[in-house]
Amino acid sequence: MRVVRPFGALVTLALALALCFLTLPVVAIFAGAGPRELVASLGDPGALDALSLSLKATLAALAVIVVVGAPAAYVLATRSFRGRSAVITLVELPLVLPPAVAGIALLAALGPQGLLGGWLEDAGVRLVFETAGVIVALVFVAAPFFLSQAQAAFSAVDRTWLEASRTLGASEARTFLSVMVPSALPGLLSGLALAWGRALGEFGATLIFAGSLSGVTQTTPLAIYELFATDLTAALALSAVLVAISGALLLSVKLVGGRVAPGLLAR
Amino acid sequence: MRRGRSLLAGVCTLAALALAAAGCGRQGPAGSDEEPLTVSAAASLAEAFGRYDEGFEGGSPRFSFAGSDELAAQIRQGARPDVYAAANAKLPGALHREGLVERPVTFTTNALVLAVPADSEIGALSDLERRGADLVVGSPSVPVGSYTRAVLSRLGAQRAGRILARVRSQEPDVKGVVAKLVAGAADAGFVYRSDVVAAGGRLRALVLPERLRPQAAYAAAVVRGGDRPELARRFVAGLRSGRGARILRAAGFGPPPR
Repeated sequence: MRVVRPFGALVTLALALALCFLTLPVVAIFAGAGPRELVASLGDPGALDALSLSLKATLAALAVIVVVGAPAAYVLATRSFRGRSAVITLVELPLVLPPAVAGIALLAALGPQGLLGGWLEDAGVRLVFETAGVIVALVFVAAPFFLSQAQAAFSAVDRTWLEASRTLGASEARTFLSVMVPSALPGLLSGLALAWGRALGEFGATLIFAGSLSGVTQTTPLAIYELFATDLTAALALSAVLVAISGALLLSVKLVGGRVAPGLLAR
Repeated sequence: MRRGRSLLAGVCTLAALALAAAGCGRQGPAGSDEEPLTVSAAASLAEAFGRYDEGFEGGSPRFSFAGSDELAAQIRQGARPDVYAAANAKLPGALHREGLVERPVTFTTNALVLAVPADSEIGALSDLERRGADLVVGSPSVPVGSYTRAVLSRLGAQRAGRILARVRSQEPDVKGVVAKLVAGAADAGFVYRSDVVAAGGRLRALVLPERLRPQAAYAAAVVRGGDRPELARRFVAGLRSGRGARILRAAGFGPPPR
């Protein structure tokens, strides 16, 4: 114990530094936006439009991410095939792309003059300046968060359970749904929370790919940016609302994850 | 143990980075002459100021280009560039009344135009009212957005309403509008003549009728509290006459109003 002491003090100091640095800006948001400003900002129709669009678009993006991402992550976690690590690197690439690059890349791929632009136009699909475009941008930036967490969660499931399930005659589909998904649930949920948080905060890719129009493509971060220039208090208030929603989301998923995990371990 | 050691390594790295950053801040001799001038300027000035910077006596200034409204909000929040150059006279005037900047100098003018991609079939404002043209404008708080709304209001409520119904995005600064046009995402956008010049042949400017044209005058001011007010004043003065003025004219800007 005596030998470790200076080290212990150092790491505690590091934690204190990290805590102060990471929470101070959040504290400042709530210091700048009192309860009255919060209520006033929620009464503003533009802010409400932005919040409701943010919720709808992020939920739609999450649905796509889960429906496609969970099976995809299952394949990556359970199959070994040539080029697997290349595939993993490619699907995680958007994690390290700056949002502006993501927006430009989406325009170059799916914009009217992009790689698939003509094909999309023939199919009657419009993404730029549409809510659908916002959802596409959110899926692009947020999906890798879910994919990497889900893949880790599926990989961590004990193989003997899978073998037991298959030996008992369950199909692979049934094994996936009734063994894999419940066992990996805490990891899946935390991946979902990360993806949701990233989607709620998305700014650059949305602005560049989908644009910014109230009620159609202006999500909460875009509305906050517009408010910043004209009404700092209102911008802080809307920021506070977004922080509260994102914080509650993170907390609830942590709680759900915490409750699910011990139950599974006891099984 | 392994975890502890990597944590310690992390803390040490952080500390080293912090020290390095502090060292950078104090770089150079005690005199502040080595420190470049910092200039917060309207997005539409990016190309012209980029050229002005090359021969500026005090060394190349450091520029921050964004919507004039965002830059003013930053100054109100305590940011202290040496010079603030806006795409209108209103924002520097307001900062002057708040005691944040010295008296603004109107140094140039610009013309609001309707820009379309070079190969577009749109030939006039009235073409916007036909179905299917996607229009992009600046948000109401950025100067280009307020000039745009001034133009439209002079068309009368009915025509303005029809054109505004075509707006598909309100961009935070004029370069956002330009980008949407150059990328082929939008069919038309209200930008400045200088932006069309800067786009180098990819965009075409449709000149608006004289009676609709708003007076887009640009004003710059020395920000109070900087440590090099003399150099900042020379930067601003150089925009009105001499080399700065020549560069602005070549970039599509007009002379300051008499």
